[in-house]
Amino acid sequence: MSLMAQLNQRALLRNVPLSVHLDVTYRCNERCEHCYLDHDGDGEMNTAEIKTLLDQLAAAGVFFLTISGGEPLIRSDCFEIIEYARALRFNVKFKTNAVLIREKQARRLRELNVEQVQISVYSHRAEVHDGISKVPGSLKRTVAGIRLLKAHGLKVTIANVLMKGNLHDAEGVRQLAAEIGAHYTLDPTITPMMNGDTSLLRLRISPDSLRTVFQNSDLVGNVDEFCAPPPPVDEGAMEGYPCSAGHTACYVSPRGEVYPCVQFPISCGNVRDQEFLDIWQNSPQLLEVRGIRGKDLTTCSSCNHLGTCTRCPGLAYMEGNMRGPSTADCEKSYVRTGVVSAGMLARANSATASGLIQINLAAH
Amino acid sequence: MSETYISRSTTVAARELGGEMIIMSATDSTLFSLNETATIIWQAADGKTSLREIVELRICQEFNVEPEEAYRDAAELAQELADLGILSLSAEPVLEIALEASKKS
Repeated sequence: MSLMAQLNQRALLRNVPLSVHLDVTYRCNERCEHCYLDHDGDGEMNTAEIKTLLDQLAAAGVFFLTISGGEPLIRSDCFEIIEYARALRFNVKFKTNAVLIREKQARRLRELNVEQVQISVYSHRAEVHDGISKVPGSLKRTVAGIRLLKAHGLKVTIANVLMKGNLHDAEGVRQLAAEIGAHYTLDPTITPMMNGDTSLLRLRISPDSLRTVFQNSDLVGNVDEFCAPPPPVDEGAMEGYPCSAGHTACYVSPRGEVYPCVQFPISCGNVRDQEFLDIWQNSPQLLEVRGIRGKDLTTCSSCNHLGTCTRCPGLAYMEGNMRGPSTADCEKSYVRTGVVSAGMLARANSATASGLIQINLAAH
Repeated sequence: MSETYISRSTTVAARELGGEMIIMSATDSTLFSLNETATIIWQAADGKTSLREIVELRICQEFNVEPEEAYRDAAELAQELADLGILSLSAEPVLEIALEASKKS
C-alpha cells in the first residue's frame, strides 16, 4: 500500500477531513460555457472569516487544501489567504485560469511554496479555447501565465475538460503541456450547475467519442488495463465507500456552506453558524453520506462494475438519489469495458415497461 | 561543546495525524510520515531550543534512554531530516522564524 493510501486509511479510521476544497469566490474573469457555478459574488466570506475558517480546518487535521473559485486571483486578499494557509502548513494546491498571472504573482506563489497549480486549457487553438472561455485572448494569456509559473519552478497541471466544442483538441493540449513541461489530465465530465440546472449536459461528448478517447493510449495509458472487464465484485466493494466525499474530504463554498464535495450540492451546515469540526462530526447530511456502503446502493449493489466504477454520489444525488446510479458514470463504465451496467438495464426496463421508448444497447 | 539548533523548513506542509507527523515537500511533492521520535524532534524544532535540550527534556523522558546515546541518535536523525529538506540545522539559535504560525502545526 502506498504512503498516500495509508494516509487516507488512517484519516478514514479517525474521521479526519484530510482534504478540503475551498472556493474563495465565485466571481470570475471568464465565462466558460460548461461552468457549473453562478458568478454572483454576494455574501462571500471576508478575509477575517476565511482566516478563522483556516484555523479551524488546521485544528481539524486538514492537510491538503485546494484554493479555487471562480477565479481566486480576483480577490485582492488572495495572497494574504494563501500566505496564512501556508503559515498553518497546509499543502496548498491552487486552481486558477492563469489569466492574471504575471511575474509578480508567479514569484509570490513560488515564495509561498504552493505545492501545485492547476489550470484549465480547453484547446491549443485560440479560436476554440477563447470560444469556450468567452474571453478573446485568454489562451495567449493563460499559456503565458503557465510559462511564468514553470519558469519559477512551480509544478503545473493542465486540466483539459473535454466537451463537444473541443473534442478533437485533446492531443493538441497534451502536446502543449509536454512542450511547456506541465502535467496533463483529461476529464470528460460535464456536471449540472450547482442549482440543479442540467442544461450544461448538452455539452457532454457522445458515447462514441468517449470510446475513441478511452482507446487512446496517449490519453489513458495502458488501454487493455483501462478497458478491462470488471473483476468479480468482492466483499471489499460491497463493504467499501463510494468515494472520499464526506469521508476524508469536503468542500466549502465562498459563503461558508459545507458540502461533501464540490459536485455534491447537499448543504451540511455553514461555518458562519457552526465550528467546522462540529459540522464535520455531527451534520446529519454528512452522517448519512458517511453511512453508505457499496451494498447499500440501490441498483449499483447488483452491478458488475461496483468495484471499479467511477460512480459519483454527487451526480447521483443531482439525479434524485444519492444511493442511486449516476447516468454519466454508468455510460463511462459501459463505454470503457463493453459491459452493460445495472443502471442502464434498469433504465431500459423501466422505459420499456412504461411503453415510452425502446433502448437499444449497441454492441461494443 | 558546540550546540545544534533545529528549525522546521518553510518549504514543506505538515500535519499531525494519529500521533505522527505527515510532511509533504512543496519542492518535489514527496510525502513523508515521521515516526514517533522524528515527530517529537519536528514539534520541538522551534529554532531556539538546542537539540541537546530537546533530547534531555523530551526524548529521554519519553523513552527512558541514556542522554548521550539518545543525543547521538537524535543528531543523526536531525541530519537525515535536514538532508531531506524537512528541517534546517544551525549552530546558533534562529531568532526570527519566517512562518510564525509554525508552532500551530
